[in-house]
Amino acid sequence: MRRVYMDANATTPLLPEVLEAMRPYWIEHFGNASSIHFQGQQARTAVNRAREILAEFFNCREAEVVFNSGGTEGDNTAIFGVLRPGDHFITTAIEHSAVLRAAERVAERGVEVTYIAPQPDSLIDPAAIRAALKPNTRLISVMLANNETGVLQPVEEIGRIAAEAGAFFHIDAVQGAGKVPFDVDRFGCHLLSISAHKLYGPKGVGALYIRRGTPIDPMMVGGVHERRRRAGTENVPGIVGLGKATEVAMQSMNDGDVERVSALRDRLEAGVLRIPGTGVNGAGAPRTANTTNIRFDQVEGEALIIALDLKGVAVSGGSACHSGSTEPSKVLMAMGLDKHAALASLRFSLLRTASEEDVDYVLGVVPEAVERLRTLAPA
Amino acid sequence: MSGGVDSSTVAAILARAGHPVVGLTLQLWDQTRLAGKHGIPEAPKAGRCCSLDDVYDARRVAEQLGIPYYVVNQEERFERDVVRPFVDEYLAGRTPIPCSLCNNHLKFDQLLKTARSIGAERIATGHYAVNDYDEARGRWILKRPADLAKDQTYFLFGLTQEQLAHTLFPLGHLTKPEVRSAARTHGLRLAEKPDSQEICFIPGGDYKRFLNAYLEEQGEAVPETSGELVASDGSVIGRHEGIFNFTVGQRKGLGVASPSPLYVLNIDPANHRVTVGADEELATQTLRAHDLNWISIPALTAPMRVKAKIRHRHEPAWATLEPAGADAITATFDVPQRAVTPGQSAVFYEGDEVVGGGWIY
Repeated sequence: MRRVYMDANATTPLLPEVLEAMRPYWIEHFGNASSIHFQGQQARTAVNRAREILAEFFNCREAEVVFNSGGTEGDNTAIFGVLRPGDHFITTAIEHSAVLRAAERVAERGVEVTYIAPQPDSLIDPAAIRAALKPNTRLISVMLANNETGVLQPVEEIGRIAAEAGAFFHIDAVQGAGKVPFDVDRFGCHLLSISAHKLYGPKGVGALYIRRGTPIDPMMVGGVHERRRRAGTENVPGIVGLGKATEVAMQSMNDGDVERVSALRDRLEAGVLRIPGTGVNGAGAPRTANTTNIRFDQVEGEALIIALDLKGVAVSGGSACHSGSTEPSKVLMAMGLDKHAALASLRFSLLRTASEEDVDYVLGVVPEAVERLRTLAPA
Repeated sequence: MSGGVDSSTVAAILARAGHPVVGLTLQLWDQTRLAGKHGIPEAPKAGRCCSLDDVYDARRVAEQLGIPYYVVNQEERFERDVVRPFVDEYLAGRTPIPCSLCNNHLKFDQLLKTARSIGAERIATGHYAVNDYDEARGRWILKRPADLAKDQTYFLFGLTQEQLAHTLFPLGHLTKPEVRSAARTHGLRLAEKPDSQEICFIPGGDYKRFLNAYLEEQGEAVPETSGELVASDGSVIGRHEGIFNFTVGQRKGLGVASPSPLYVLNIDPANHRVTVGADEELATQTLRAHDLNWISIPALTAPMRVKAKIRHRHEPAWATLEPAGADAITATFDVPQRAVTPGQSAVFYEGDEVVGGGWIY
């Protein structure tokens, strides 16, 4: 059976050149980057080379790049590391759980949290952020691209508001990496988290940009790694993989991959929308090129995911982190969808390597699966 | 796949026989939901339906067999069609059977629909029962299994012809020891996992604790149904704190002293009155059942001799069925039976075949 993977927002495969770049760092160049000797220096060189690439990618100084275990750690560090009891924190209702659960946790510890609801097109209105500001607002955290809808938030405007208010600004940029150009100065952010495995790099590694002068308490303490901002022996192969994946991503954006994927996504969307009783969630807003979130009326989304998987098509409902739960997507609910519409919505997120044949295969499978579900088990 | 030995063995038998098999687990109840309320344990025990441990076990079996596996969440429907009616039945002074409701509304209704909608022809379950198509009668017949100690036909009387036609019971011809042996043969790690006995959503089997915790969670008061405890001659011998604390035939927890053992004979929900008496007084000659489903016959049109089973552990007893109005029957026992309990089902057998059944009222 042909298998078409349309769940790139959950994770991506490693690119062969990324695997090749990582390969020497398991056995031959196995050193600890903190060691003084030759092997240590080999590892240190590799980590710093990756840091150089990330600094170019973020448009920041190398010293402002901290390697970690991924998006969740970056988001958690930004929130737990900056906020203290008595502070005010502004975030949105449509953030990833790594932000929302951390927000709940700091709220229990005496931080006041304001959640900004999105507009119906799932865009956060910067004016709503401005209106929520308080004299003690210390941190604002807004995602760059939504994991479920791909909708891109107006982070530059929010960055300006944060600057005027003297608040720190964190961007969860996990779903934006490799899809839109980054520039931490243009974004006006103090913190920005990314994850390698959404970027055709390895799982378990990521990076947090920390603008110079941002006071942050480390989550992991121990050795003096990463300038005391993240203790623990560096994951050298992982960091090398993240560096290589980032390098390839920058090249790919220059080579027009984004436009190509966007055209495929539009073709997929147009094909699926020919099925009666369907609609795109977040269609009115700017979105990442690879993502579409489609509502199938009278269909139980969970069953459609299974039906499609059994036909070789991998998609998801809501975010992968929530599969197996009853809860309708918070993001879609916050956009004003009712529970049934939210549970009837699926996310298709295309890989950078997607082809027209992939899209056509999916378009050959989806209408029949939807028809069968509507006939035999209408929601 | 519940994560137990029965459904796991079914999956193994079918998959190893070369059938294309998809494993599904129904997620029906969040075992942590009422944790800590009214003495319900904080951490659910392992080996309970829908616990994370059981889903993990089911998934591991599917991985071992190399079959696709999915968890289908039906918590909302389970609460609406099983838990809520269970609570309401007790509050109304009846004794519900959630397993039959679950079979009728979840397993053989929604699960079957889901299975067919994703492309499956049939569902196979680990129930101990046999279903065969009988050409002569043109009907699907449900029969008692080889292992009568594990017979689950009592909980399956609600299956329609359409449901039976799309269901496989691969364990119907096996005994439980044979099933465990098959599980071992197929190398299933859970071959020795103990059977689950209690109602899957009631931790520790204490339904009163569950009622209190559930109603509190729902923001509902426990209805005031306290009243008189009376003897069978009508004399008041005490008071009770609510009719939901009683089941017909119950002996413990009556709160009155008596030289000879007393049993609950009757619960009168309208007057909140609970009648108690001697064991002999529990015997009933005729029961009434409604909300019927017929399996081996299209309908009951004339009196019929059957063996009737009135609770899970009851030995079926000879009775004569007679139609008694729309969707209702009477069953008159040859020998009066002990503790006929409203809310339970009455299931009728002719030899090994399930004729049909209904709910005692």
